[in-house]
Amino acid sequence: MKPEPSIASLDRRDFLKVAAAAAGVASLGSANTAQAADTAPSGLIDTNVYLSRWPLRRLPLDETGALVAKLRANGVTQAWAGSFDGLLHRDIATVNARLADECRRYGDGLLVPFGSVNPKLPDWEDDLRRCAEEHRMPGIRLHPNYYGCKLDDPDFAKLLRLATKRGLLVQLVLIMEDRRMMHPLLQVEPPDLKPLADVVKKTPGLRLMLLNAMNVLRGQPLLNLLQAGEVCVEIAMLEGVGGVAGLLEKVPLNRVMFGSHAPLFYFESALLKLKESPLNEDQLRAIRCDNARRLLAKKS
Amino acid sequence: MNFDIWDVHTHLAGVPGTTPETRMAKLLEYADRMGIARLCVFMGMSWNYDPTPEFMRRSNDEVMQAVKRFPDRAFGFVYLTPKHTQASLDELNRCVRDGPMVGVKLWVAMHCNDPALDPLIARAAELKAVVTQHAWIKITGNLPGESTPMDMAELAARHPNATLICAHTGGDWERGIRAIRPHSNIYADINGGDPTAGFTEMAVRELGATRVLYGSDAGGRSFASQLAKVFGANIPDTAKQLILAENLKRLLRPILSEKGIKL
Repeated sequence: MKPEPSIASLDRRDFLKVAAAAAGVASLGSANTAQAADTAPSGLIDTNVYLSRWPLRRLPLDETGALVAKLRANGVTQAWAGSFDGLLHRDIATVNARLADECRRYGDGLLVPFGSVNPKLPDWEDDLRRCAEEHRMPGIRLHPNYYGCKLDDPDFAKLLRLATKRGLLVQLVLIMEDRRMMHPLLQVEPPDLKPLADVVKKTPGLRLMLLNAMNVLRGQPLLNLLQAGEVCVEIAMLEGVGGVAGLLEKVPLNRVMFGSHAPLFYFESALLKLKESPLNEDQLRAIRCDNARRLLAKKS
Repeated sequence: MNFDIWDVHTHLAGVPGTTPETRMAKLLEYADRMGIARLCVFMGMSWNYDPTPEFMRRSNDEVMQAVKRFPDRAFGFVYLTPKHTQASLDELNRCVRDGPMVGVKLWVAMHCNDPALDPLIARAAELKAVVTQHAWIKITGNLPGESTPMDMAELAARHPNATLICAHTGGDWERGIRAIRPHSNIYADINGGDPTAGFTEMAVRELGATRVLYGSDAGGRSFASQLAKVFGANIPDTAKQLILAENLKRLLRPILSEKGIKL
């Protein structure tokens, strides 16, 4: 197989051609592709990828090497990776150790590990410590509905406080899949989000990113949450024609980031959403990379 | 490879605009950005689970209004309800036999395995109109009249000469694909669910690429997320082209030919 050219070696137009061709975007009309190539900035940070195995089926890209190749072929320059194992496993220390090791071994710096911490497990504070001190992770990824942890649980609030104290970015995953099609023995309801704005307000310095939020959080509840603190969203589960442009009519640009939810979702879904919406160069750059880069660089 | 793209499943609902024509124009703006050449559109500006004959006619008038403005880009499917058999047969004749529409859309008024559908399906087959039937398997519970792919399998067995399209492939596609697999006159429309990886690969493996159709469910869904199911799938380009347009062209060719429309 012919190796993909290094992103760093490409000028902006060539970069877009590589990314577009890999995504099938090149087939979508040469005029639009050329226009995108003129305006789209280089650099693409995917804030929402997973390693290891989805519990309910094998996925086409659930081998880390294959996922990395897909991400690279589509121009991803950094991918924030959680672990599917973090949903149900109880030996979280090994989940996070494997995640950190996998990110080191594959991708040559492409993958950035976001560890799991389940605040309903005994001595979870040490999992948090290991994420920060041993694995040098910049953030954690939480799935409270898979932990059986409500968002008004004092342990959840404590976890956010301690993570913030350690300067960790917190990713809160609202859902993993459409609840209508869940396995009958693994039906996991989305968390009740009503307490979240209050928890955010009571955690000064918290940097909170909501993953897979767009399917369950819209309208005023979304705006209230964004106004409660430094809260961001990504586009993996955003739907509707021209969805990204529609979102930007309601939500400040600096709160919106690129996320694919690969390999559970086809990576191309998120990438093509940036094409479907008419976005200017500033908007594209902010969503593709600048917002995520800035968020990760901040320390609480 | 440059792909020709025809979308088998779009709506006027969920699209900005105050008239059918302006909504169709907006939908086509987005379609143009994604390189989609043709859209099949059905149901009107607003929806009703259990439409009266009057509502049904109004919906179809709105779609015909929208399609009339863009005859080279959009095909209309007539929205029918088996709850009102004669009104639906009349509507089928008005919109398909005597009008511009080329397919039928059935939604959630009644389970599609009910014998009440038989006259509608038989007439659609006579007119060479394809029939799109909404189908889901929801672990959270289907609507009272909401069909499943298993219901469609029963319908297909009674109407082997009809061309049936299983919209959403049942949502729960791993079960939906299995349910329709034995019936070669049911086609899997992959639109409307999340872009879950592996969906299209399984559909092609189990049904063959000739039985899989690209659709989006726009405006409620994005074109992007649904196109990704094809572009992102690990299948040959030849299979992608079948799914993106060639299969639908093949299914529509008989009725388009009768209407004097050349592809």
